Amino acid sequence: MLKIEDLHKSYPIGNSSLHVLKGINLKVEDGEMVAIMGSSGSGKSTLLNIIGILDEFDEGVYELDGVPIKNLTEKKAAIYRNKFLGFIFQSFNLINYKNALENVALPLYYQGMKRKQRQEEAMFHLGKVGLKEWAHHLPNELSGGQKQRVAIARALAANPKLLLADEPTGALDTGTSYEIMEFIQQLNDEGKTILIVTHEEDIANMCKRIIRLRDGVIMEDTFVNQVRTKQNV
Amino acid sequence: MFDLDLWREIFQSINKNRTRSLLSGFTVAFAILLFTILFGIANGLNNTFTEAFVDDATNSIFIRSGLTTKAHKGLQAGRRIQFKNEDYDYIKEEFDEKVQYITSRIYRNVNATFRNEQNSYTVRAVHPDHQFLEKTKVYEGRYINQLDLDNKTKVVVIGRLVDEDLFLKTTALGKYINLSGLQYKVIGVFSDDGGDNEERLIYMPITTAQQIYGNNDYVDQINLTYNPKMNYDQALAFSSLLSKKLKDRFNVAKSDQRAVRVHNLASESKGIETMTSGLGVIILVIGFGTLIAGIVGVSNIMIFIVKERTKEIGIRKALGAQPKAIVSIILLESVLITAIAGYVGLLAGMGLLEFISPSLEEYFITNPSVSTSLVIGATITLIVAGAIAGYLPAKKASRIKPIVALRDK
Repeated sequence: MLKIEDLHKSYPIGNSSLHVLKGINLKVEDGEMVAIMGSSGSGKSTLLNIIGILDEFDEGVYELDGVPIKNLTEKKAAIYRNKFLGFIFQSFNLINYKNALENVALPLYYQGMKRKQRQEEAMFHLGKVGLKEWAHHLPNELSGGQKQRVAIARALAANPKLLLADEPTGALDTGTSYEIMEFIQQLNDEGKTILIVTHEEDIANMCKRIIRLRDGVIMEDTFVNQVRTKQNV
Repeated sequence: MFDLDLWREIFQSINKNRTRSLLSGFTVAFAILLFTILFGIANGLNNTFTEAFVDDATNSIFIRSGLTTKAHKGLQAGRRIQFKNEDYDYIKEEFDEKVQYITSRIYRNVNATFRNEQNSYTVRAVHPDHQFLEKTKVYEGRYINQLDLDNKTKVVVIGRLVDEDLFLKTTALGKYINLSGLQYKVIGVFSDDGGDNEERLIYMPITTAQQIYGNNDYVDQINLTYNPKMNYDQALAFSSLLSKKLKDRFNVAKSDQRAVRVHNLASESKGIETMTSGLGVIILVIGFGTLIAGIVGVSNIMIFIVKERTKEIGIRKALGAQPKAIVSIILLESVLITAIAGYVGLLAGMGLLEFISPSLEEYFITNPSVSTSLVIGATITLIVAGAIAGYLPAKKASRIKPIVALRDK
């Protein structure tokens, strides 16, 4: 599904540059659920952004579903993001003047789907996250958990191969966090490949594999026994 | 390639950001409003100048006589120069090609009576060509013709106000009017754009007047219009040649300013023309300045919109929006706002001009208005300029890295 070899990334800071990723090697197979952990500054978000084609890397190889990702035009990058990837952000990143349904339908709009079909599809995904009756509410009328579920529905709408979550529970209380994680586990059970960046141990333990980053290199890469959320609640 | 979904997106964005859209629209509407009003007022000034000179043909030359002020060829100063019919004939023959219309004039003040009504008026005894020189509009009956001159018939053409004053509710045409004791038949009634004084005149065949008032062939004044094919310089040359020839004819010194006076309206209308075109330049500068202000306003709004929507653009790009989609949504939104606001400003400006137009007349502003094509042209310019001004920010927006936009909390 995903292959990374000797990946380097540095950010220019004034005259010098900050070497954030110092040779990452990583392979993720279909159906995995991987947590990327690390303290702030370890490069975990940068890695996720590169995987999500939101950011570029300097050196190395990155292949997504067998397609090499390097020197893409803006247009190509947009198409790949739309086709391969679904994003879940810590701050939800819903468009505040669009209602839940319209937010979920947006990736489908960029796929060029017809309006009617788009709305049916979006409604189906909203139903999956249990927010059918909230379809016509604006984001500011929803709770944090509901917003994140809308965001998950939006990430799923385009039926991506890989789901990327950047601190998906960072802005939520524990109870809601576990609800969201339960849902993400369900998605994984259904076969979706999922990458989660987090710095919370309990969230990481709900995944099947934990990768620990420190100072731009992978310190530890272990498969763990997944903790099912049901047991915690 | 009408993309309904794209327009739906744009309308939603405008609708959900009403204050922003209204404010940006206001800038454009105000620019167009100012433009319309300024242009309208300038046009109104222009109209006033033009109107002041519509009374007489602009290619008129007036020839008057007076007393000599200088002794010349053994003749004393203070001699009266009197034009006669032969001078009229002389000019007509000598400058045949260059003269369009020519007429002599004799003035007399008369006491006019019809039944119980009476009043005093000025009679102008003239040749038939006078009608064209003075732009007299005969709306009932006819003007004086050559036959009247040949037969010295006692007929008159009276002004609209003479008709109103004396004939009250009866029709003047065909009636006999008493002018200082003699009966004249009214053969026509006229109006004149030159104002009330012009409409209190009575026209009479010149030969009739010469016979009745003095039985001579004296003429008070000779008016003519030069051939309109002549340009300004040729016209001036013609009038100075005319002046020179007439001075020779009457043995008047060249430098004598009073004895024979040739007054060419062309020199005046040239002045007016210069002024009008100067005004036109000022109008253009003002209009251009206003438009530039509008354009700057639009660019500012565009930059602001892009800045404000950076995060949204980042989200859209993360969801797979292509650069093209980002450019078009931002550009079209601004063009739409500009177009609608421009139209509103245009309507408001025209309405305002219509509304204040009557109260402006005392400030020498007549019928202030703007040609629709001009304002539509200005609006289109504004839209195009707005699109150009907006394209760079929109392009920049499309290049925003989603990661940078998303980090921007």
